[in-house]
Amino acid sequence: MLATLALASLLRHRTRTVLAILGVAVSAAMLLDMVMLSSGMRESFRGLLLSQGFQLRLSPRGTLPFDTEATIRGADSLLAVLRARPTVAVASPVLGGQLHFPSRGATVTASALGVEPAVQGDYELVAGRQPTAANEIVANDATLRAIGHSLGDTVHAAAGYDPQLRTYSGERTLRIVGRVRFIYLALDQRAVALPIGTLRAMGGPASADRISLAMVKLRPGADVERERAALHALLPRVTVTSTAQALEQVDQRLSYFRQLAVILGSVSLIVGFLLVTTLVTVSVNERIGEIAVMRAIGVHRWRIVGQILLESSALMVIAAPLGLALGLVTARWLDSILARFPGLPERIDFFLFQPRAAWTALGLLVISGILAGVYPSWRSASLPIAVTLRQEAVG
Amino acid sequence: MTAIVEVRDLAREYRMGDERVPALRGVTFTVHQPEYVAIVGPSGCGKSTLLNLLGVIDRPTSGTVSIAGERVDQLDDARATEFRLRRIGFVFQRFYLLQALSARENVELPLAEAGMSTRERRARALELLEYVGLGRRERHRPSQLSGGEQQRVAIARALANRPALLLADEPTGELDARTGAEMIALFERLNRDGTTIVVVTHDEDLARAAKRVIHMRDGTIVDDVRVDPADRRVEPVGLAPEPHER
Repeated sequence: MLATLALASLLRHRTRTVLAILGVAVSAAMLLDMVMLSSGMRESFRGLLLSQGFQLRLSPRGTLPFDTEATIRGADSLLAVLRARPTVAVASPVLGGQLHFPSRGATVTASALGVEPAVQGDYELVAGRQPTAANEIVANDATLRAIGHSLGDTVHAAAGYDPQLRTYSGERTLRIVGRVRFIYLALDQRAVALPIGTLRAMGGPASADRISLAMVKLRPGADVERERAALHALLPRVTVTSTAQALEQVDQRLSYFRQLAVILGSVSLIVGFLLVTTLVTVSVNERIGEIAVMRAIGVHRWRIVGQILLESSALMVIAAPLGLALGLVTARWLDSILARFPGLPERIDFFLFQPRAAWTALGLLVISGILAGVYPSWRSASLPIAVTLRQEAVG
Repeated sequence: MTAIVEVRDLAREYRMGDERVPALRGVTFTVHQPEYVAIVGPSGCGKSTLLNLLGVIDRPTSGTVSIAGERVDQLDDARATEFRLRRIGFVFQRFYLLQALSARENVELPLAEAGMSTRERRARALELLEYVGLGRRERHRPSQLSGGEQQRVAIARALANRPALLLADEPTGELDARTGAEMIALFERLNRDGTTIVVVTHDEDLARAAKRVIHMRDGTIVDDVRVDPADRRVEPVGLAPEPHER
């Protein structure tokens, strides 16, 4: 009966209730987007870093985790040390550089990754196969479009351009054997990958026995942080970063995003809260006579409070699914805009949908709905019955 | 006869800014079961205030009210609500049915509040609607009922928890003469069936139908008479001259 009365109260002024629900749905959508934004990038980075199963990254000491200008000398011995450790399952070296391709009278430059194809974790094969031979290369769509070639074609490539001498340190004719998608690169960023030996050879003496980064996959059960500390002590020339550490760094850099999301999310919640409070207060004011009669015939105060709280919560609960759906649509739309941000990895999502985010938004909405009913329910429950009935009779 | 209502030196003042306005000034009377008492008097004489105090929806400034042997003038909100639910039936001038509920659901409301099971309260509500002649209108919403029918539903609601006392505030005030007469007949029937009734009214016909009429003026009882319906002879109840005389 309490539910019937609450529902009837909401249906009494349908247009007003529908408008309020739409208003709350918009603020719920905004809230969901902000909850998704506050954790989305972090989780997206986390997913990205863990996607290939590498838990540790070794980079030249004092540089960013991947800087093509900075390299680690004595790469072969370093890899030998890593591969000799019982806890290490895979050690994957990466040498960063650039390749230049003559194309239609111009030169197209692409980022180049020298890898060991069998253990690499930088790209996913879309078509074709891995570049197992020294004269083989894989490229992403942006590169293939720019150089006007496709899978199976042979291209001429050069590396190590010297602007003073206008010469290259190495040139090769390479066969495109795979179309790939680079995991850590932006969608429109031109990039190729080839065997690390080939890239070293093309780079000349400056690239010999060097890598930019080594990624390490540990055996199941290995303690990542303990291994990180051990490698840090063992290899003083490199910085060893675990995924957890990388995420901490990402967290620090994203703190502005989170603050922004918290502020905007709070504003959305407050707007929804005020909408519901206003609607329920107006609704209570319109039926104080009815409430006074209920109290007079013996309906308990807490029951009246319960009915009003049910009304305010119902508004939020009805608006929530609409808002969540709207939030997902707007999140996708916003994500597609932000995905075009230069230099961001293709796989990074600003608004990552997670069930937890939806539950959090829903929980906040329901709590806010209950709180929104507190003032009107308190007001209705504390009506002086006799005075209200007299005023209603006069009115 | 059992005393259902015992009122002693009852006073109620309202504050109007800095001023204290007395609405009731030391009222004393007793109502026995199953009396049918009409309280009459000009507007502002304090009869509705008295009814509110009997109905435990207001608190006196001084004096005592006992209903069915229980002091009710200083009950806290929760106990007053429980008392109203189980011991008092209210009928209002404007019926005050909940528009969202059907006639039967309106009658069920106090039964549900009292914790009665769905099946039991449905049966009781139908029984009461039959009693007031609305057995076939149980599914109708108040807006689909005439004024007289709505008041009948309100009476059925008031009787739901078998109250010790039925209070009615101008129950015929919104009804035409014919429907008002039907209502008077219903009140007489209720009283014949054992319900103790206190009704506040301006309606002379309704007052005449009562077995006892209390006249009020300026917050005091100025006359308290029994009405003999057989010969319409009016007998004084035997009021003490003080403090009601002005």
